[in-house]
Amino acid sequence: MTDASELYQSIILDHNRSPRNYRPMAEANRQAEGYNPLCGDQLKIWLRLDGDRIADASFQGSGCAISKASASLMTTVVKGKTCHQVARMFDSFQRMVTGQGGPVDDLPAKLAVFAGVREFPMRVKCASLPWHALKAALESQGENRISTDTGV
Amino acid sequence: MTTAAPRAHRFDVTRVRSDFPILRTQVHGHPLVYLDNGATSQKPRVVVDAVANFELQENASVHRGVHTLSQRATTAFEAVRALLGSFLNASDPSEIVITAGTTAGLNFIAQSYGRSMLRQGDEILLTEMEHHSNIVPWQQVTQAAGARIRVIPVTDEGELDLAAAATLITPRTRIVAVAHVSNVLGTVNPVRHLADLAHANGAVLVVDGAQAVAHLPVDVGQLDCDFYVASAHKMYGPTGVGFVYGRLALLNAMPPWQGGGGMIQSVTFEGTSFAAVPTRFEAGTPPIAQAIGLAAATRYLQALDQAGLAAHEADLLSYATSELAALPGVRLIGVAAAKVSLLSFTLDGIHPHDVGTLLDLHGVAVRAGHHCAQPLMRRFGIPGTVRASFGMYNTRDEVDRLVEGLAEASKVFGG
Repeated sequence: MTDASELYQSIILDHNRSPRNYRPMAEANRQAEGYNPLCGDQLKIWLRLDGDRIADASFQGSGCAISKASASLMTTVVKGKTCHQVARMFDSFQRMVTGQGGPVDDLPAKLAVFAGVREFPMRVKCASLPWHALKAALESQGENRISTDTGV
Repeated sequence: MTTAAPRAHRFDVTRVRSDFPILRTQVHGHPLVYLDNGATSQKPRVVVDAVANFELQENASVHRGVHTLSQRATTAFEAVRALLGSFLNASDPSEIVITAGTTAGLNFIAQSYGRSMLRQGDEILLTEMEHHSNIVPWQQVTQAAGARIRVIPVTDEGELDLAAAATLITPRTRIVAVAHVSNVLGTVNPVRHLADLAHANGAVLVVDGAQAVAHLPVDVGQLDCDFYVASAHKMYGPTGVGFVYGRLALLNAMPPWQGGGGMIQSVTFEGTSFAAVPTRFEAGTPPIAQAIGLAAATRYLQALDQAGLAAHEADLLSYATSELAALPGVRLIGVAAAKVSLLSFTLDGIHPHDVGTLLDLHGVAVRAGHHCAQPLMRRFGIPGTVRASFGMYNTRDEVDRLVEGLAEASKVFGG
């Protein structure tokens, strides 16, 4: 029997209640929107890149606790990281939430709270949506919009 | 053919439950509480047996072969049409078109009736509570014709604003398309009233009956609708099959929709003459085994004590409504005076998907999200709802399990 606390760990509930970096960013030089048409979750990511480094990251949107907490925690861990480091984090995060195995040592320890998501296949996209939006923002020039139905 | 429960047997939920083997399933260590009947209902053994028996003993294509099995299959398939005709009180079995389901049925009406008669400046009237299936097909044909869509608003209680409807239906209105029962709100709409309004203005009324057929007796004569559309799988039948009732005079004037085998009279490379109604609208091999299953589901429904079934579902609705209303943080979406046994709600501070996952961990299956009714979600200013939709086999004990699960969800998120 799967327990609710495996998915809804206290850190996730905390970030859902009080999301960090939950604000628009006027001085952003990268941004992207993520949308999951299946459930209607949507969020917007703002980044301020200083050279190759993420100087600031923020988000806003509406979604379930998993997607909101994932976005919130993500903004806290990518600040100060280079695009290359974030790309490796993205890959590790995907491996962790889909349960496909492989190294996840690029991932900051606190993101391990999302490991339980792999037991809930219907919720994997909730956790990964913010990361896909982040990736889209980094790979784009200016604005971008991604959907879980197109390649995520 | 396996027979359903004998007639005139008083409605007995325990007996009904024993007809549905899936209800003995365990989910996450709990007995399944299946409250997602609005998405698809479970199937009694007689339906599954009817499909299996056909596939194993009687399978053949219809309308094609001269061999024995094909003739038997054709007879059985046409008997489904006749049964559905009497189930809906149609005046002629030819008024029943077998489809792949409600979505296919609505697309058929839009593409055949809509596309052939809509002109620039015409209007189609929908309601704010429609499922995307009763919106998108109309958008496709209005855009092509230069016609436009207007929308009957929904009140805070979740009922149609009939005063607005009366002014929105005008001689420009060609088609009024409305859900008999809302898949989100459970509201039973006043179909006959809308039919009268439509007809007074020279429009036809299309009724999406997907959410109604399992819960209400449907009499197309009394409703006076021009088209009535439904799916088998929401009325305890198989997926992949459904039906359209269409007034014979309208069907006879409608062009074919999809082209293919079975719907023709003769084909040359220069042109084709089409078969008569309704086979003109049934291109390709139909879902034969599924239609046999639909017939079994229809007979199963017909054999039940109708008054007892209605009373049972009304009791579930009133019990669940009062139990949920008593829970802190619950907001019911849709409190119409006339409802089927379906409850949509939100829980303060918890997204519907999280509620859905937490209930699932208690073995309670509900639907969470926008329910393919995004305009209605915008109307109520919410991203989605949790929907508990009841079927004939649900019980008060299962309502209690839902309430326990919700209390637990609040505890998880409140800590």
